This record gives sequence, structure tokens and C-alpha cells, in this order.
Amino acid sequence: MSGAAANQVAAANAVGAGRPIGRHVRTDFPILDRAARDKPIVYLDSAASSQKPRCVLEAMNNYYETINANVHRGAYELAAQATEAMETARAETARFVNAASPDEIVFTKNVTEAFNLVARSWGGASLGPGDAVVITEMEHHANIVPWQMLAAEKGFEIRWIPVTAEGHLELSGLDRLLDGAKLLGVTAMSNVLGTLNPIQRLAAAAHDAGALILVDAAQYVPHLPCDVQALGADFLGFTGHKMCGPTGVGVLYGRAELLEAMPPFMGGGEMILDVRKDGFTPNRIPHKFEAGTPPIAEIVGLGAAVRYLDGLGMDRVREHEVGLTAYALRTLQERYGEDLAVHGPSEPACRGGVLSMSFRDIHPHDLSQVLDDRGVCVRAGHHCAKPLMRHLGLAATTRASLYVYNDTSDVDALADAIGAAGDFFAL
Amino acid sequence: MASLEDLYREIILDHYRNPRNRGELEVPPAVQAVGFNPLCGDEIIIYVEVRDGVIAEVSTGGQGCSISQSSASMMSTAVKGRSVDEAQKLVRAFKNMMSIHGSGIGGSGDDLDDHEDESGGDSESNEPDGVKLGDLEALRGVVKFPVRIKCATLSWNTLVEALDQSFD
Repeated sequence: MSGAAANQVAAANAVGAGRPIGRHVRTDFPILDRAARDKPIVYLDSAASSQKPRCVLEAMNNYYETINANVHRGAYELAAQATEAMETARAETARFVNAASPDEIVFTKNVTEAFNLVARSWGGASLGPGDAVVITEMEHHANIVPWQMLAAEKGFEIRWIPVTAEGHLELSGLDRLLDGAKLLGVTAMSNVLGTLNPIQRLAAAAHDAGALILVDAAQYVPHLPCDVQALGADFLGFTGHKMCGPTGVGVLYGRAELLEAMPPFMGGGEMILDVRKDGFTPNRIPHKFEAGTPPIAEIVGLGAAVRYLDGLGMDRVREHEVGLTAYALRTLQERYGEDLAVHGPSEPACRGGVLSMSFRDIHPHDLSQVLDDRGVCVRAGHHCAKPLMRHLGLAATTRASLYVYNDTSDVDALADAIGAAGDFFAL
Repeated sequence: MASLEDLYREIILDHYRNPRNRGELEVPPAVQAVGFNPLCGDEIIIYVEVRDGVIAEVSTGGQGCSISQSSASMMSTAVKGRSVDEAQKLVRAFKNMMSIHGSGIGGSGDDLDDHEDESGGDSESNEPDGVKLGDLEALRGVVKFPVRIKCATLSWNTLVEALDQSFD
């Protein structure tokens, strides 16, 4: 990163540091000034994509205005600065999740690409008939379909960890499921139920069974302190746009010895040391997995997002969200009782701020339409987790999700808007 | 500015609360087609029984939002007793109304009755083949909410699949 960019971001973070979260950081997010349907925006869809603080937008803009050039190529000053900016962001991202080395941070397009990378590269080289991959019923499609696609080619078995009525993993049969498995793929936090899964325990069980563990941390890294080494993760994926960063950049963390042993994923520029007519020699990690020009500005933006969240303090982010989730569960229960179900664990300490709701017999599309009319932005649908939705007997839910810029007034607006929907569709 | 009342007209809510021609038909003689909206997980089942080129019976099943359910209900009443040829013309007219271009929305005004085609290229009316949409006009406001258009057209696309099967 250039000195000017670093100073700008440091200044922005100095403003953010030490302040209470919620309403007080809202002014860091320019988009939250705009109206939605002529009303003040109530943004409750951060599980789908978070909003971006000014410092992230400025870091990306500054990159384009002052140091834009391709990375790892030119010898000129700009190219060197661009490379430095990208590699600084990699180092900051590594530190943010406590990876042992920046080499363990592979930049991808998103979490989906990260998991396809693991499936194609590690899975393609490691899995065959007689092998098994264990995943859970609460996985996002991104941690299901890549394995199904590979299983159709390689002939291995996919086993499923079931989900209890409360929305926890049913782990009584875990040892049996892991017996002979080569990989356990599990979400650290469900994007539908908000359930926080016991990753350390699952990692230990997987390792005891001789399996690796792949962690979907798309909903975890943005909201809780994450230490990949303490979790025991072998692979772990997360994405920039859900953690105050830009779209177009995701991260695959992989333990260095695993990444080093894996074949390349996509072929092209950047990922090679040498290309001859009779073959090629792949580059060192992480570049081996980063074919083609990477999303440099987005990676710089992700670095700024990591610094922003560090400035707030991930412990405080988590504390804020537990408090706000508790307030939301209490408020919705008090106002709507049995008429409104929030799926997933009822104890705020066991879950994230993802509230998947069913309200009377009002279809989630209709509920979210009335909410939209009042400026309340939520997600309606199956949330890319259809096996889980089938298990719950639901076609769709209305999902409100909380983040650093939300506070009790957003929850109150949500509760009011739900009441308005009830009136509108009253028979 | 599009309001909720543009979307949820009273006749739409009526068909949602009291769906017509709801249920199953015996297959055969009827044929059955299933339509999915992958965005929201909605599922529509259409049963059609064609006798002598006429849609003698039509029935709908599945679950979904008020727009998809009411559109299916209104569709069933609109095509029942019509010839397959007439029904297909009605499908074309309805889908034309449900296209942003066909509805004359996307231009300047909010006036739903203003069909002026500002692009100038296509002079097709909203009711091609001289088909009268009648009550189905109530669904025109859906076009102002583009993400909901698929809800309104799901049953109609599924009907087309069912009619195609009835000729196999």
C-alpha cells in the first residue's frame, strides 16, 4: 500500500476506533444516508451482502487514482506499488484470521469459487470410489453442489450430518459418519438459522478419523473473532462483500502443506513459474491458485475492510450483535408471540444475528414486499440452502440479518413493518 | 412511485384468499406439468384435460406467494372452456402485458393506462390477436415490481408445458 493510502485509511480508522457500535458507526456508511421507497433505509440484509464504509470506497478509489497497474509483472514504480498494495492486503487478511503465513491466503472471486477450488484441486486428486465426504444438512449450496458435481465424476459417497428441530447439528452419529471419510465440510454459522457450530470439536473429530475439515466461514468471519489455527481448520472460506469489503473478492485459507501438495486449479498467467512447449511448472503458493489478473482494487478494498473491522474490534462486533439479536428475539416474541416463528436456536449466545422468520401464513415474498414498502430491506426465499429448507418443511422464509451499523431502531422498524403486513393481508 | 396497491389489487387478493379450480385431476385423461420458481422455491402444478381441442378441465396445485397463487387462479378461470388455440393466444397476450416493454412501463409516467410506446420500434398492442384480458388486467401493476413478474408468469408458463404435453 502506498503511504498516502495507508495514511488515509489509518485516519479513517482512528475516527472509528473506540466508539460504540451501532448507530454511532452508521455515518461511516454513505449508502445508509439514502432513502428506500422514500423512507429512511432500514438495511437488514447484511447476511446477503453488507454495506461498505467510506474508508473501503476511498481505498479502492485511491488505488485507481494513484497506483493502478498490473501486479507481479512490471518493474516500474506503479507496478511495484500495486503489487505492494495487494500483498499488504493479503498480509492483513492473514493476520485478521490468524493464518500462520500470508502464503496461506488465496484470493478467489467468492466463497463459492474457494470451495470449487478445493473440490477440483484437492478433491480431484484425492477422492475416488470407496471414499466419502461428509457435509451437513445446513450447508449453503456452495458447499454442496461442488461435491455433488465431483462425486458424479469420481464416484465417492456424500454423507449428511442431520439437523435437530432446534437447528443444531445432530452429532450423536458423528464418529460413524466420519468413519472412512476424507473430508468434513461444515458451515461455522448457518446463513438460514444463525446456528454457530462447534468447529473446534468437529475439527478434532475429523482429524481423529483421518479426515480434513473445510469450514464455510462466510457468515462467521464478518461477525466473530476468527482464529483459523485455534479452530483447527484445514481449509476455510470467506468473502469480502459480507464483511464491509467489495464484491468480487473472496478468500480461501488453506494450511500451507496442503496447498503446496495440491495441483493448480485454473491454468493461465500468474500461476506458473515456467511454461515450455512440453509443459509448465506451477508457481509457489498462493500464486499457484491465482491464475490471471486478480481483482486488485477489490483486494485493496478488502484490506481496508479488515482494518476497519479491526478498528471496531471483532469482540465488540460480536458483543453488539449478541445484544441486538437478543433484543430482536425478545421484541418479536413480545409483539407477535406464536404468530411469528424465528427458526434456529433461541439462545442469542448460540447464534448469529440471522433471523429467518415465518409470520402467520403470509408468504415471505408478500411479507418482504410490505417491508420493502416501508424501507425495510430483507431477504425472502430459500437462501441457497434447499436441503435445509426441505428438512424444515419450508419453501421459503423472510430473513432479517444484523450487522455493525444496525441498532434497536432498525429492529423496531422491522417489527412495525411486520405488523403492517399482518394488517394488509388480514383475511 | 409504485405503491403496494398497484401490486395487490383487490381482485388479486380475492383470488389469493379464495383460489378457483384448486385441486387435482386424474392423470390421464388429464396431463400435469410442474413449474418451479428457483428464486423463491415456489411450486405450481397445473392439470389440464383437453377434449376435442377444448380445455374441458383445468386445476391448480402447489404453493406460493399471493401473486403466483392468484395468477394461477385467474388463469384457470380464464382458460377453462376455451379452445387450446384461444388459450395460447391468451397466454401470449398475458405474457406481453407482463413484459416491461409490452406494458408501457419504464417510460415517464405512472399511468397504467398509458400504452404509448416510447421506444417507437414496436407497435404491438397489449392485446395481440384481439384478445381481451378482462380481469387479468389487474395483474398489470406487477410489472412495476420486476422481481415479482416471474411470480405472475409461473402458472402461465406451466400451462404452456401442460398443453404441449397434451399434444404428445
